[in-house]
Amino acid sequence: MSTAPNMVVGQSRVARWAFNGSVIVLCLWVLVPIYLLIANALSAPSEVTQFPKKMVPSFDTESVEFFLYFNGVGKALWSSVQVAFLTMVMSILIGAPAGYSLSRFDFRGKNAFRILVLMTRAFPLPLLALPMAIMFIRVGLDDTVFGLALVHTTLALPFAVLITFSLFSGIPIELEEAAWTLGCNRLQAFFKVIFPLVLPGITASAIFAFVVSWNEVFAAAVLTIEHRTLPAFLLQSLDVAPLHLKFAGGAVLVVPALIFIFFVRKYLFAMWGIANR
Amino acid sequence: MQSRALPYLLLLPATLFLLLFFLYPFVLVAWQAFATDEGVLTTKYFDKMISHWKFEKALTYTLLLALVVVPIQVALSLLMATLVASMKKGRDIILYIWTIPLGISDLAAGLIWLAIFEQTGFLNSILFSTGIIDEPMTFLGYQDKGMIFLAVVLAEVWRATAIMLVILVAGIGLIPKEYYEAAQVYGANTWQRFTKITLPLLKPSLQTALILRVILAFEVFAVVAALGGTNLPVLMGEVYNRQFELQDSHTAAAFAMLILLISIISTVFFMWTLRTPKEASL
Repeated sequence: MSTAPNMVVGQSRVARWAFNGSVIVLCLWVLVPIYLLIANALSAPSEVTQFPKKMVPSFDTESVEFFLYFNGVGKALWSSVQVAFLTMVMSILIGAPAGYSLSRFDFRGKNAFRILVLMTRAFPLPLLALPMAIMFIRVGLDDTVFGLALVHTTLALPFAVLITFSLFSGIPIELEEAAWTLGCNRLQAFFKVIFPLVLPGITASAIFAFVVSWNEVFAAAVLTIEHRTLPAFLLQSLDVAPLHLKFAGGAVLVVPALIFIFFVRKYLFAMWGIANR
Repeated sequence: MQSRALPYLLLLPATLFLLLFFLYPFVLVAWQAFATDEGVLTTKYFDKMISHWKFEKALTYTLLLALVVVPIQVALSLLMATLVASMKKGRDIILYIWTIPLGISDLAAGLIWLAIFEQTGFLNSILFSTGIIDEPMTFLGYQDKGMIFLAVVLAEVWRATAIMLVILVAGIGLIPKEYYEAAQVYGANTWQRFTKITLPLLKPSLQTALILRVILAFEVFAVVAALGGTNLPVLMGEVYNRQFELQDSHTAAAFAMLILLISIISTVFFMWTLRTPKEASL
């Protein structure tokens, strides 16, 4: 991936210091704020509002416990997991076949579909929550986990299509053809030869869909009342919740996403790569 | 015969899904903004939107935020992308660290910066401990919109620069190495290589990144809610208030149409100003 020539080696010490210095400062810029949130979450409620605040947490779990047992949090967490899981399953089941089709066939209308997928990028998607609210009332899906998952799938589906497209494109069609000549039909060839090869990438794409749904605030807050997800719950308690509740909630929101992104980091580029051409 | 139908069969679920849950709802929301429940065309919801006292503020703050945040992000992501491109060791780990905010929700990002800016927060604690202030300051009070604005800018830059970074890093990867080598042979320095090779050849990626990022900037909502509550009105916040708090989905839809309109204007603007002639593309 890296192509620009190395500008560190062979240059002055000043340049090297400037280079390393900026890299370190930029790393701190990203990491320190996250550390501060987690330090807050791992402090006792009294320490959160204490002044001046200590930079090192006391590793007290009272804030997090208070948050987890707070009225409505358990339910919100469960809704979040359900919605994210449904989003993950739907976007892969619908997106992966499309990605495969785009990578393996040339056919009329292919470009129209690509434009449809890329168009989703040029629209403010959270606004979909407004018409969906009306649609869902008509068909009885209002305030349901499944209804919200449908909206989240619209957010995640373009990514699933693009990632799986680039995954399948990276596997030579000759592998499949070899399986056909050895007596596999199309479906067998796919599941015996191609599927094991793309499984890590599919998993990454599924995880990404999970994170998209896990993090989404606006549609979740508009579309659910009884089945509020965690971000919707946090948003609606912003005015009333004490600080330690907000920070513990923020940390509970951030930590899983951090872990998930670590596992999908290799595939981050596949998601946007196609848009560069 | 089966094989000719196959690509369409595979595309069918995704196409139907996007038609039903993406294109159709946008038609629906437009109808909602322009027509009453009885189906009579009207502009009264737009009049209601415009005459609301918060309308001008919400529009101004939304545009101003995008205007301040996006240029900072362009500069920062260009710097990060060029740093990454000239890295030999540790490239992967640095890139992971820099793209962490990609996985963090806008609400969580708002809460992260709230931990820094609130009255007993880390900024006050540091200023107090170093003796710069004698008592904690109220940074995010309703009377101090400038400070709230600044906090939102920082949180937005912190959270959403990673999206641009990923697109730009992918774009730099497409630029042939030979160009840089040739430039070096002719004695071009780092800055010249950046302005004469990287920038012009990165234009398509920059365009993608800008289109995406500006649309996201117009959707700013949860970061503002976490840091400023309703003290800093933005368009998306007004949509939320109309729809959820006031149950006035028609005016909410009118606000939505406005966001859609400025999104389309900005997309067309970047498509036109940053267009690459066919023969000049890589």
